[in-house]
Amino acid sequence: MQYFVNVTLTGLTEGMVYSAFALALVLIWRSTRIVNFAQGSMAAATTFIALALIQAGQSYWVALIVALLSGLLLGAIVERVVIRRVEGGPELNAVIVTLGLFVAIQAAIAIVFGSAFQSFPTPFGLEGFQVGDNRIALTPNSVWVIAAVLVTMALLVVLFRFTRIGLAMRASAFGQEVARLLGVRVGRMLTLGWALAAVVGSLAGLLIAGGEFVYPAYMDSLIVFGFVAAVLGGLDSPIGAIVGGLILGLALSYVSGYVERGSALVNVAALVILMVVLLVRPGGLFASSTARRA
Amino acid sequence: MADTRPHGSTAVATAGGTATAPALLQIEDLTSSYGAVRALDGVSLTADAGRITAVLGANGAGKTTLLRTVSGLVRASSGRVTLDGEDITTASVESMVGRGMAHVPEGRGVIAELTVHENLRVGALFRGKVEKSEYDRIYDLFPRIAERRDQPAHVLSGGERQMLVIGRALLAQPRILLLDEPSLGLAPRIVAQIFGLLRRLVDTEGLSVLLVEQNARSALSVADVGVVLNLGRVVVTDSARTLMADEDLRHAYLGF
Repeated sequence: MQYFVNVTLTGLTEGMVYSAFALALVLIWRSTRIVNFAQGSMAAATTFIALALIQAGQSYWVALIVALLSGLLLGAIVERVVIRRVEGGPELNAVIVTLGLFVAIQAAIAIVFGSAFQSFPTPFGLEGFQVGDNRIALTPNSVWVIAAVLVTMALLVVLFRFTRIGLAMRASAFGQEVARLLGVRVGRMLTLGWALAAVVGSLAGLLIAGGEFVYPAYMDSLIVFGFVAAVLGGLDSPIGAIVGGLILGLALSYVSGYVERGSALVNVAALVILMVVLLVRPGGLFASSTARRA
Repeated sequence: MADTRPHGSTAVATAGGTATAPALLQIEDLTSSYGAVRALDGVSLTADAGRITAVLGANGAGKTTLLRTVSGLVRASSGRVTLDGEDITTASVESMVGRGMAHVPEGRGVIAELTVHENLRVGALFRGKVEKSEYDRIYDLFPRIAERRDQPAHVLSGGERQMLVIGRALLAQPRILLLDEPSLGLAPRIVAQIFGLLRRLVDTEGLSVLLVEQNARSALSVADVGVVLNLGRVVVTDSARTLMADEDLRHAYLGF
């Protein structure tokens, strides 16, 4: 029983990070119909900026804030300079461009920060809380991870549901021409959407890096997991991304916790889950009614 | 409905160029193309303040392109568009609504993923904060969408969608409303209801409307002036009453 609780807690914590990363992908997909394969590299870049600051003696929190702000800037620059040129064009163009960015940014990280493995600190301890006689797999750091993701999601909900700029962003995403005719600066909204997505992606990158080794390609598996989580949720639905991330986190944790040599099977398991979902519910678990556009 | 129509003849005099006051929307020698296809070939017409001007013609006559060129969605290759004397030929699409022109595009442009109320709010976004009473006024005009205020807009019927997009455009407080085929796919009773409401807004609130319609009979029954387009050119401009009476013209270009 205790083992089950621990495996579940680990799964939920990791699932939260997948949720955040999936949410970043969904934000961009919703507004520009582009799957941003460069999301992981962009997040890795900001994580390395944070690491450089920490190594230079800054506190974790200063580094975190600077990293998130550089994510915002990086997202805006990427949209403005590169993506703007392929928006609304053939889908394959955008795919190739984001794949190209994925490679290019990763190479840039290696050039600037080196490709050695470096350990990334955590702001809180990695030792599980004591419950009765046992230590459980919930650590102060995982509480921080879960809280950071939940707060970010809450802020996004507030932004999209309750503010004018959030409404303008949704209108731009779902009715570009109408939004323009009604005076919404759609281009700016798309830039802002990419910038916000990059912040959320960066947060996921920083959270997953905590207590681990980072190197230019350390986000690669998170791209797979985040993508699977996003597709699980239907790719169009922020709620779906969050639930998809949690389901995936739990499933992968059970695979690695209960299947013999399961930890080696985690990547495969993610792809199996993806295939099963696509076969059973091609639109994802949270696919909206068929009356809505694809 | 026809009885409430102001005198068409004065409007025609304006269209002929003998106006004393400048037209609200003036389109001069407008040409635009989609690739190699010339969709508008030197179109000139005016839409006067406080009038409903109907642009009629068959499919492919250039009606939709005309509206899209006026609001900047399609770039004019030559010609001039002025709104209240100000040249807006090359103005950005996003600036139009701020200049007092609201364009309800072909297919209505309901944003299906937003709720009915959110759709309305988009119409007022550029104005900043808007009093609740303005929304109430729209809901009073269209009680049917008021009932569905918090539902996602994709549940609306065609008629309700048309009411929603007109309401949304009105929240932008336009001086002139550009409507592209509002009657398309709607029952005659709903069309009459919507056109009746437009007439009332024009007569009582000084709204001006440039109405593009394939349904010429309904459009002429509510409009003051009719402009008939064919293959991207203006065939005739006259009062709605005169056009309605011209049987040959109706048969040749208007299909009734």
